[in-house]
Amino acid sequence: MTALLKTRRKLITGAAATFVTGVAALSLPARAQGIAPTPTMRGGANNYLPGAPIVERIGGGGFWMTGTVRRAGDGAPLPGQRIQVWAHTTEGHERDPQSHGATLTDENGVFRLEMPQIVPAFGQAHGHLAYDDDAFETVFLRPVMPSPSDTTLSADFVLQPA
Amino acid sequence: MTRPPQRRGRAALIWAGLCAAIVLPLAAATFSPLLAWRDPIYIIAGFAGVIGLALLLVQPLLAGRYLPGFQGPKVLRIHRITGGILVLAIVVHVAALWITSPPDVVDALLFVSPTPFSVWGVIAMWAIFLTALLGAMRRRLRLSPQSWRIGHMALGIVIVGGTVVHAMLIDGTMEVLSKTALCALVIWATVKVAAQQLARIRR
Repeated sequence: MTALLKTRRKLITGAAATFVTGVAALSLPARAQGIAPTPTMRGGANNYLPGAPIVERIGGGGFWMTGTVRRAGDGAPLPGQRIQVWAHTTEGHERDPQSHGATLTDENGVFRLEMPQIVPAFGQAHGHLAYDDDAFETVFLRPVMPSPSDTTLSADFVLQPA
Repeated sequence: MTRPPQRRGRAALIWAGLCAAIVLPLAAATFSPLLAWRDPIYIIAGFAGVIGLALLLVQPLLAGRYLPGFQGPKVLRIHRITGGILVLAIVVHVAALWITSPPDVVDALLFVSPTPFSVWGVIAMWAIFLTALLGAMRRRLRLSPQSWRIGHMALGIVIVGGTVVHAMLIDGTMEVLSKTALCALVIWATVKVAAQQLARIRR
């Protein structure tokens, strides 16, 4: 009886060990690939106007759009990348040209752009961001604000080399 | 036309209640801070939606003959006219939203919108259009009164369910308390008239 239990225990632990190593082996190649690129969000490109100018701030400001830009795979921060931002704000609709602006990431791949307060439109307070240059694949984001009274919104990009 | 004063008092109460249920949410929406940052066409779109929701309270009340003074065959005629106004309100709502932001409305109509509420609105819209179409073609299609009643009731439940979820999920110009109260009344009236119709169908 004890012998039987022992062998059964051995069998189970053995099987479990095989399973664990097997699964680990399966997941290893995925880990080697590293950080996955950010997919474009549904509706992210709505009311996009290509080539928004790089500006000090959009309109009167008071609200901060922030985020990071990194490279897919190794996750290295990407400096000098142009991120375009637009939203329905207290100063205009999404489609209005004055609601659009762009900024560049700093040496740590971080961007911060001041803009007017985002207000709810089409049922949600949300912003739009785009990376649309040649070095990497185009990505459109559409983050939703947890609360419409927030004065900041952030979105992170992981870009796939084109 | 002389009625006992008790019934007249009850009638006045029902009408006052209905007016309050419709006027209060509309009035509250006119105080929305969001209006300051919207173009007239976007404001029209929002109010067309609020009017559509309010009409969804009137429709079951008419269908169930719950409104004092509105009895007999003329109720059906009024119910059809309000139905037509409801279709018009939806057309204005969607068209004005389209002008405000075409890609967002295209996404919604194609069921690929990132906003969950729009799906419910589009479902309700098609159910309203289908009801109006069936209502207009009901003789030509030779629908029996029984199958029309069942079909209209089923569509009505889809319309009300879809619209209420749509309205409640939106962060828009409607004030939350008056919106919730109106939605609750719409559901109550719909359930009441559906139960009445079911009893009639079973008979």
